Amino acid sequence: MRVGVFICHCGSNIAGTIDVAKVAEETKKLPGVVYSTTYMYTCSEPGQEEIQKAIKTENLDRVVVAACSPRMHELTFRRTVAKAGLNRYFFEQANIREHISWIGTDKELNTNKAIEAVRMAVEKVKLNKPLFSSSFKINKRVLVIGGGVAGMQAALDCADGGLEVLLVEKSPSVGGMMSRLDKTFPTIDCSICILGPKMVDVAQHEKIKLYAYSEIDEIKGYVGNYQVKIRKKATYVDWNKCTGCGACMEKCPSKNSYDHFNFGIAPTRAINIPFPQAIPKKAKIDPEYCRQFTKGKCGVCAKICPTKAIDYEMQDEIVTEDVGAIIVATGYSLIDMEKLPEYGGGRYPDVISGIQYERLLNASGPTSGHIVRPSDNAEPKTVVFVACAGSRDKSIGIPYCSNFCCMYIAKQAILTKDHIPDSQSYVFYMDIRSPGKGYDEFTRRAQEEYGVKYIRGRVSRIYPKGNKMVVRGADTLLGTQVEVEADLVVLGTAVISNADAGHMAEKLHISYDTFGFYVEGHPKLRPVETNTSGVFLAGACQGPKDIPASVGQGSAAASKVQALFSKDMLESDPAVAKVNINACVGCLKCVGTCPFQAIKEKELRDGRIVADVIETVCAGCGVCTSTCPCGAIQLQHFTDNQILAEVNAICLK
Amino acid sequence: MAEREYAYFSGCSLEGTASEYDASVRAVLKELNVRFREPDDWSCCGSTPAHTVDHVFAAALAARNLRLIEKIGLDTVIAPCPACMTAFKKAQHSMTESEIFKNKVNELLDEPYNCGVESKSALQVLFEDVGLDAIAERVTHALPGLKVAPYYGCILNRPPEIAKFDDPENPISMDKVLMAAGVEVTNFAFKLECCGAAFGVAKREMVNQLTYKVLSMALDSGANCIAVACPLCQQNLDLRQEQVNKTMGSNLNIPILYFTQILGLVYGLPPREIGIDKLVVSADDIVYSRITVEEMRKRAELEAQAKAKKPEKKIAKEEVKTEENE
Repeated sequence: MRVGVFICHCGSNIAGTIDVAKVAEETKKLPGVVYSTTYMYTCSEPGQEEIQKAIKTENLDRVVVAACSPRMHELTFRRTVAKAGLNRYFFEQANIREHISWIGTDKELNTNKAIEAVRMAVEKVKLNKPLFSSSFKINKRVLVIGGGVAGMQAALDCADGGLEVLLVEKSPSVGGMMSRLDKTFPTIDCSICILGPKMVDVAQHEKIKLYAYSEIDEIKGYVGNYQVKIRKKATYVDWNKCTGCGACMEKCPSKNSYDHFNFGIAPTRAINIPFPQAIPKKAKIDPEYCRQFTKGKCGVCAKICPTKAIDYEMQDEIVTEDVGAIIVATGYSLIDMEKLPEYGGGRYPDVISGIQYERLLNASGPTSGHIVRPSDNAEPKTVVFVACAGSRDKSIGIPYCSNFCCMYIAKQAILTKDHIPDSQSYVFYMDIRSPGKGYDEFTRRAQEEYGVKYIRGRVSRIYPKGNKMVVRGADTLLGTQVEVEADLVVLGTAVISNADAGHMAEKLHISYDTFGFYVEGHPKLRPVETNTSGVFLAGACQGPKDIPASVGQGSAAASKVQALFSKDMLESDPAVAKVNINACVGCLKCVGTCPFQAIKEKELRDGRIVADVIETVCAGCGVCTSTCPCGAIQLQHFTDNQILAEVNAICLK
Repeated sequence: MAEREYAYFSGCSLEGTASEYDASVRAVLKELNVRFREPDDWSCCGSTPAHTVDHVFAAALAARNLRLIEKIGLDTVIAPCPACMTAFKKAQHSMTESEIFKNKVNELLDEPYNCGVESKSALQVLFEDVGLDAIAERVTHALPGLKVAPYYGCILNRPPEIAKFDDPENPISMDKVLMAAGVEVTNFAFKLECCGAAFGVAKREMVNQLTYKVLSMALDSGANCIAVACPLCQQNLDLRQEQVNKTMGSNLNIPILYFTQILGLVYGLPPREIGIDKLVVSADDIVYSRITVEEMRKRAELEAQAKAKKPEKKIAKEEVKTEENE
């Protein structure tokens, strides 16, 4: 066995706190190592050529690179050794950057630790076996979860590229948050006017199959071959018959149903079409408010419906679909105002959230675009906006910035002046975050042209006084306390992840952060990929973002899917679990423990039952190997022997 | 409740300026069958003067008292004064969080404190341990016409990680306790506003302004009485009300009762026993308005009869309305 070791300086990243020359020198003494050297940037082209040259001249059959994390460059170096004629699994990477040089400051200790890390890698690489990928066919249909602007963009781009798309939307209409907005910043474009055509395209595109008012129940399979169970929730209205005429909604006697589309700013009927531009424009019943369900009698809508579409007996329906890739675009939620008791949202009717105000501004909203106070329907003359209502507040567990509140507050303040010329708006802010194109000019316009008074400081309390709301806060520029008597207070409530974001992530086998936002493959370089191949992200489910960023990610995710689908066959990762049938006793503990359902039982010709791994489904997590009582199931490339060799390398001196 | 026994720590205020708080808390606890014992030889709780100088010293003063309670075999102390309660909760919190801090404190004590005593305000004990049902059950009298603004002050429920009681920004426990006792409470927005605290000595005018805000907001909320749970709040609102009137040119005359005094009244206790006579702004009108629950019921019946005589048409109309608005 002839092992070659290459120690990377990584500029001063590694060489700054590790004596790389000493590591190379010590490594040379290890049994099996015939060549050891250092290089400034091993991942660079000349660096890689150096490795290939050494493989030839020194006749190496195993290679160890001590450099950064394998997450960074394992693939790079595997390709390097493969080009020089070695099996790509005859390579090991010792992480001496993230694990050592970046975290320790003592050069001597770091150097010793690096030597140990290299020794481990050398001992392991000596036991590595050549592994070969097999290829498998892929299903070129794509599932898009979420019909907001990001999901719709992704669906349309995929469909325009000729792919078959399934678009699953939880609510009765596509459009998402954007369909609730009145205007968009910084152009003051009418939101539904620019979104409406996209919604229609989604509905009419022959390549897109829309599942509205549906949710994902279960996802099985792997990249290229997913089986998805979609739950079509009962609408109690036969959508094949419903024409969206709205007669049922007009006559429904239950008038105090919570309006999810309008965020409860005004009530709706128990049978409703969420908004005039809804796609599909179909009615559905909310059983928790419908008298037929709560009291057992009513039936007004069934009587009134001209097409006899009402069906109180309707049940949820489960549909199974096969797809090859998934784009997750499930969007975001907003913090409940009652989590901010000092502001009194929820207790005082005239303290509302930004999205509720958006509905008041909107011509198709409950007030037909007239701004009125919820308490007495009077036109407010003084409106106070509170930015960072919940955002950047560690005490309630939201340390992050919600990204777009500064901008929509400026927009709403401008629109307030447009709607009510003799009104005065105030904005309490921490600092104005407007880094987008044309954004800063926009907030300046709000202040300079529309006379919006910006007060730098936080609001400590909002309380009623007569029919006004007193907003008390600090003006940190003047260094004084201020009180503004407002007719209406609008809270720029914090963006949070959906309540079921964690569940969805578990169904998809993708990671999510402390706040429930999905984690991208790499924060800089893989912004729409996840660490699960075949699953991509778009929009605010990955973190708060505005419309242009969401649309951009939607398109990016679509192009990633198209790149994936440009091949007819995919190569599987051979580092998967493998059963030694001679050692397997057929207890099948591994079958139950596998999180990916990748292990099946198999009957051998002699009638013996053993476990069998479906190579393409196995994700190589290794749970089964630690479950197996007789060590019969081994994860290739991470076998017990290989791991023990590493352990021995650091324990035995 | 009978099986459980609490320790009771009155503290310096309740021995002096707030003796009516002490009397009323003891009387109400007795009415509700809450058993309690006082530790002998208790000393300063370690509040303001100490903790502004030295945290370890302040905690040691608190821990000395807690140790006395631990020693007589009790695990929960009722500290009606929020300053005492906070000093105790703070010491308990710091000593359980950090072994180093605990050792520093115990070094100052003759006998080390083992952190075995939980501290609660009288309000917390009534709300969490006694319970609203038991509070309601004992009511014998009503106070018709009384509208109370519940005033919590700043530290009864804050900071949340130390107080561990009620909501830090919108507390409701006192509202609920008073409502359970059949007392009408108003929607009072200044539940937590600053009363001026001890600045009455150094900056009298500022305190007068702050107190004025609280008092006038209570009036605006429709209240004719304020319920408090802190000797300092009581003093600033009650004793200084005359001063406030002079400074602010107002004409306020709103009685400031400890919430336990109000409970005492609806439990039918003699006003003197719960120190109503100690108040500066007279609460005599409230005492005179007191009637038995029985009388109250009769009054309500009469009112209902008077209502029933109104034309039936209107009632029919109202029914339709409720149906619509459902």
